[in-house]
Amino acid sequence: MNLNELTIAQAREGLRRREFSAEELTMSCLAAIDAGQALNAFVHPTPEIALEQARAADARLAAGDAPSMCGIPVGIKDLFCTKGVAAQAASRILEGFRPEYESTVTQKLWDAGAVMLGKLNMDEFAMGSSNETSVYGPVVNPWRCDDRELTPGGSSGGSAAAVAAALCLAATGTDTGGSIRQPAAFTGIVGLKPTYGRVSRWGIVAFASSLDQAGPMTKTVRDAAIMLQAIAGPDPKDSTSAEIPVPDFEAALTGDVRGRTIGIPREYRMPGMPEEIERLWQQGAELFRSAGARIVDITLPHTKYALPTYYVVAPAEASSNLARYDGVRYGRRARLAQGDGITEMYEKTRAEGFGAEVKRRIMIGTYVLSAGFYDAYYNRARKVRALIKRDFEEAFAQGVDAILTPATPSAAFGLGEMASASPVEMYLNDVFTVTVNLAGLPGIAVPAGLDRQGLPLGLQLIGRPWDEAGLLNMAHCLETAVGFVSKPARWW
Amino acid sequence: MLDHLAYEAPKPKVIAGARHDWELVIGMEVHAQVASQAKLFSGASTAFGAEPNANVSFVDAAMPGMLPVINEFCVEQAVRTGLGLKAKINLFSAFDRKNYFYPDLPQGYQISQLYHPIVGDGEVIVDMGPGLARRVRIERIHLEQDAGKSIHDMDPALSFVDLNRTGVALMEIVSRPDIRSPEEAAAYVAKLRQILRYLGTCDGNMQNGNLRADVNVSVCRPGAYERYLETGDHRHLGTRCEIKNMNSMRFIQQAIEFEARRQIAILEEGGEVVQETRLYDPDRGETRSMRSKEEAHDYRYFPDPDLLPLELDQAWVDAIAAALPELPDARKARYVTQFGITEYDAGVLTAEAENAAFFEEVARGRDGKQAANWVINELFGRLNREGHTIAESPVSAAQLGAILDLIAAGTISGKIAKELFEIVYTEGGDPVRIVEERGMRQVTDAGAIEAAVDAVIAANPAQVEKAKANPKLAGWFVGQVMKATEGKANPAAVNALVTRKLGL
Repeated sequence: MNLNELTIAQAREGLRRREFSAEELTMSCLAAIDAGQALNAFVHPTPEIALEQARAADARLAAGDAPSMCGIPVGIKDLFCTKGVAAQAASRILEGFRPEYESTVTQKLWDAGAVMLGKLNMDEFAMGSSNETSVYGPVVNPWRCDDRELTPGGSSGGSAAAVAAALCLAATGTDTGGSIRQPAAFTGIVGLKPTYGRVSRWGIVAFASSLDQAGPMTKTVRDAAIMLQAIAGPDPKDSTSAEIPVPDFEAALTGDVRGRTIGIPREYRMPGMPEEIERLWQQGAELFRSAGARIVDITLPHTKYALPTYYVVAPAEASSNLARYDGVRYGRRARLAQGDGITEMYEKTRAEGFGAEVKRRIMIGTYVLSAGFYDAYYNRARKVRALIKRDFEEAFAQGVDAILTPATPSAAFGLGEMASASPVEMYLNDVFTVTVNLAGLPGIAVPAGLDRQGLPLGLQLIGRPWDEAGLLNMAHCLETAVGFVSKPARWW
Repeated sequence: MLDHLAYEAPKPKVIAGARHDWELVIGMEVHAQVASQAKLFSGASTAFGAEPNANVSFVDAAMPGMLPVINEFCVEQAVRTGLGLKAKINLFSAFDRKNYFYPDLPQGYQISQLYHPIVGDGEVIVDMGPGLARRVRIERIHLEQDAGKSIHDMDPALSFVDLNRTGVALMEIVSRPDIRSPEEAAAYVAKLRQILRYLGTCDGNMQNGNLRADVNVSVCRPGAYERYLETGDHRHLGTRCEIKNMNSMRFIQQAIEFEARRQIAILEEGGEVVQETRLYDPDRGETRSMRSKEEAHDYRYFPDPDLLPLELDQAWVDAIAAALPELPDARKARYVTQFGITEYDAGVLTAEAENAAFFEEVARGRDGKQAANWVINELFGRLNREGHTIAESPVSAAQLGAILDLIAAGTISGKIAKELFEIVYTEGGDPVRIVEERGMRQVTDAGAIEAAVDAVIAANPAQVEKAKANPKLAGWFVGQVMKATEGKANPAAVNALVTRKLGL
């Protein structure tokens, strides 16, 4: 087994026992990154930083002063600003931008001793479910079932592919409507979206501020617990981060779910959902029952309004958040013609700087916020959002500890296959995940099996607000019961 | 204590048009920069006059991933201001984004408070002369970010942007349309400025743009305004135009005057006033339309998802209220009752908190009326002529007080006191010592005065004869005695002695 294939927990053990050094571990990942260029996952590798940090980690390990992720090589989604390293959010408009600051999440990772391997590909401004909107070109899923290239999902597709292909031990992702959980499911890894406010958004390029949340993308649930531990906590620089104590997530992984109640929401049984996914879902429920949990049917009646609500709220916030990309202060500015004024500068810069999907969402967002439409769209969406949140609150009030759903309505699809589909078909990828963002809840995708073609499928567990510890423990139970050990056969 | 003196409302200004009379209706939005060292949502400095783009944080420059964090001090100043305007403090308020593109607005939106402002209904009593004042209702005060500065005249082809002002905290103080003349409009701004300066929440420096006003002007027929007050229906007030960004009281008056006459001319010719934003050009003395309808902004306001609603604690507000200073209206009323001075003089003394504090120090334990006369006529008069503020006064309250004490003790006469004031003003020094050292003490010794009178009478026998025939000439002897004593003799004593000695 190569070092890059280790989990965080395994590597932590090996490093502490001095079986190998952080530098060796990092070199192993850098070699895998080199060999994995066909995946197009790492878009800005940072080998110099990685080796420097690895050596520093080795020094700390030798001194017996090793924090939780000391020497663990990780990849960082391009949405995070890391000091002195290109941060483009996979967009042309941020060409050449190198932040002079470090996001809170990455700073916490470095403080915990982690090693930065580089920046990871994603959908442009995190808008997309297939990684095909990236200015760097699409990421390719390490999993395949025939000669087609498959999508790793999106928007954190680079993170998912890199973890699944063992280019790194773990990666950061962000999740606005499913951007951690859907790609995790498509690549057979674990992806956790924490409770809104659990992790600071400071230094992460904003997509939709009331929905965005960063989280770990890892090979195992234990790794997710270790990484969440490192990045969670209140941040005075983010007013929406919550002053709530961070428990010991790893200590919560007892695997004991006896007496716990798992809700199965009937509204998530979608017409046209593949039978395999339905079966996987039932198997998941059975596994929990066998482990001593109680399975109850629940209702989340406003689920059907979640996608339309999401596609009003998220574009509205995005249209405003992305107004700052105007070519005035940083990033790309269009070449102007003689006599062009400020209006032409904006129009040309934004026309050539943003891709089609980003433009679509800016236009939708601008429309739903405009005078005369605000009440009909944005305000109504806010009200429906409150109802969706109340659905969950009522379920939790009835004693439900977590909710089990499929993570995605399908397995990974082929790159380019959705090219001629309507945008709404692509948006349907998020149908099981957006509710969680709208309600601000923690959700985790756990690999649960392979479909007939041999592609991974995931299940999603949704937890009570701030109960990531309980959620991780249930996910850990599911993971153990499923015993998912498949890895993509290496073709790259 | 009185909140303010009794007053009556002044008459609204009536402008005679070609066909009939018109009345003015004015409402104002005053932008007051919060006197804070740091910006509303970032720690960058607000110091005026820094190198361009020196006071800019990553948040101000709207770098990717940056988030605003509210400056609690600015919130406190807005609450203080609200309390000072006797306004309702909203314990729940929230921030909204006002979206528009401009190079000096890096975020592409201004963070403001449209839906839930921090301060609600209040009032400003605008003094228009003794016993005359306009009560102007305040509709709301909200906190918002200032924009930066675009500079278009430094280069023929390029525009420059200075973000130093970007994100500086402003309080937008919105009045109801209760102002009825150009003079009242200027007086309203002056009064607001005075209150803000008393509170210390805004330095009121209009030249630096720290206090600016958007002025809404409309005209209506006499009687229409009263119907508006009865019904609350703004349509009675006519269509308004907004004159943007005024930072001079004089220009505010001129712009309103011009704008009212422009609107009257349109209406009397059967036209319609178009609701629009206009700019005042002081060189030409006219207002001009700023943008056409096609360019009208749709600001797409929505709640800022980066900021939680502002929830204030009533106890915190109460503590701020308890620590509020005495405000101009109350102080003026107190001066009138406590010192027995006129409303006019009380108004002069309370115009600036520093002036009032100076006066009170002079008046403490002394005759308030006399203190007021000296402070206003001698000191303020002199400072004004020389363009100085009270802080630059060469005469301290203690020095002026000492001069008044010398008068009260009969040590110097009022006339000598003015000479003494001149010496203290130009040379400085302790007034008591100056009087001693320069022999300025008033001669009250009856023997010495009598000797001087005797000497003058003895030296002028011919004049004595004339005076006996014509008693009016006694004044000549008084003058001679005063001259001989270098003005130090008590004039009343001299007069009595001369009359007696001449046997008049």
